[in-house]
Amino acid sequence: MSETRKIALTVNGTRYEETVPVRVTLADFIRHQLGLTGTHLGCEHGVCGACTILLDGRSARSCLMLAVQADGHEILTVEGIAPSADKLHPLQEAFRDNHGLQCGFCTPGILTTLIEFLRDNPDPTEQEVRIAISGNLCRCTGYQNIVIAALDAAKRLRTDDGRRTAENR
Amino acid sequence: MKPPPFSYHDPRTTADVVGLLTSLDNAKLLAGGQSLMPMLNMRYVLPDHVIDLNRVDGLSYIREQNGALEIGAMTRQRDIEFSDLVRERCPLMHEAIEQVGHRQTRNRGTLGGSLCHLDPSAELVSCAAALDATVSVTGRNGARSIDFAAFPVAYMTPAVELDELLTGVTFPCWPAGHGYAFVEFSRRHGDFAIVSAAVLIEEDSNGKVTRASVTLGGMGPAPVRASEVEKALIGETIAEKRLREICEVLRKVDAVDDIHAPASYRQQLATVLPRRALLKAHERIAAGARS
Repeated sequence: MSETRKIALTVNGTRYEETVPVRVTLADFIRHQLGLTGTHLGCEHGVCGACTILLDGRSARSCLMLAVQADGHEILTVEGIAPSADKLHPLQEAFRDNHGLQCGFCTPGILTTLIEFLRDNPDPTEQEVRIAISGNLCRCTGYQNIVIAALDAAKRLRTDDGRRTAENR
Repeated sequence: MKPPPFSYHDPRTTADVVGLLTSLDNAKLLAGGQSLMPMLNMRYVLPDHVIDLNRVDGLSYIREQNGALEIGAMTRQRDIEFSDLVRERCPLMHEAIEQVGHRQTRNRGTLGGSLCHLDPSAELVSCAAALDATVSVTGRNGARSIDFAAFPVAYMTPAVELDELLTGVTFPCWPAGHGYAFVEFSRRHGDFAIVSAAVLIEEDSNGKVTRASVTLGGMGPAPVRASEVEKALIGETIAEKRLREICEVLRKVDAVDDIHAPASYRQQLATVLPRRALLKAHERIAAGARS
């Protein structure tokens, strides 16, 4: 009933060759077909930012892309951020240490968004952080600790140690 | 699955796109997907065919030609945001684009997609109106140009035929040293503007306005050029008190009533935002002259 296509893509460093219905969103493909449920779906129409992934290093809402459009591309989801199974990325550590999450639903989208942002802007102001995460809705924290965690993460990533940990993945 | 079933096409050339548009019924072009994808997810649109433009060659570029910026239809909003050429030659667009959605949506969203979607409060649509842009489209009968003033034909409906696709947009640049400002009022950063004002001015050595472009977005189906205000500004020195008088006429611009704001509120903003934008534009000319 539904038209399908074969696609090949890399997700978190792993190569996948899959057959997908053409109308499936990238978000549903990542969650249902690849079983990577760290990418969360809040609104499914591009408002909440929970499903943010990195496509070739650039943040994008995976509910606003078709899986077929990711053919030939490289994707990073929240599962691919940590350098290893027993070590957190400095950004994740900063979120843990500063209580940057409460229920955690929005966190995957905020982390992926900040990975790109802190790469482009390693020493941001508080205002710049607030604008960077303005496309991510959080209903628990009031954003205060998220902003504190992001600024702390920027500081950690500016040290040699932090950079090494981040690059290790 | 959210989107309704459709056939998917990913052509590589504009000629192939035109071929598909000519032969297929009920086809929809997919550019950056930041408007069409939500509409598919919510099933506001039910196309039989989706023609994806993301793999079409030659539609993504920013270049200067004959005193104008030419920007390809599939140029990402992010590439416009970070373009030195745009910042230098068309600073109004640079200021506007920082207010378009969020980083995640600008990474995917395109110029052509924004113009064809034609949201009444879209920043890039207002820029095109403010700069007297020309839109290039290609279809079964070849290429043609459309003055932006004639581009919006109705609410969210551009003057693009069913067999045509938008290929690029030409934005005439204003001379170095002009004043500009893009000011909008929205509930949160990145939200759709309730009303926006795009302003460009030139002043002579005595500080008198010699040329002005004033555009209101979000009032009705398409941006409105405030030609009465543009004329009234010629020969004036920009000063707040006088601007209050000149901009008062904008309270009479037709405005829509919706859940976001009543018409009277939009009309109030229509008198305020251009004034703020004109003051900012004037300050920028003064700052440029000082440096």
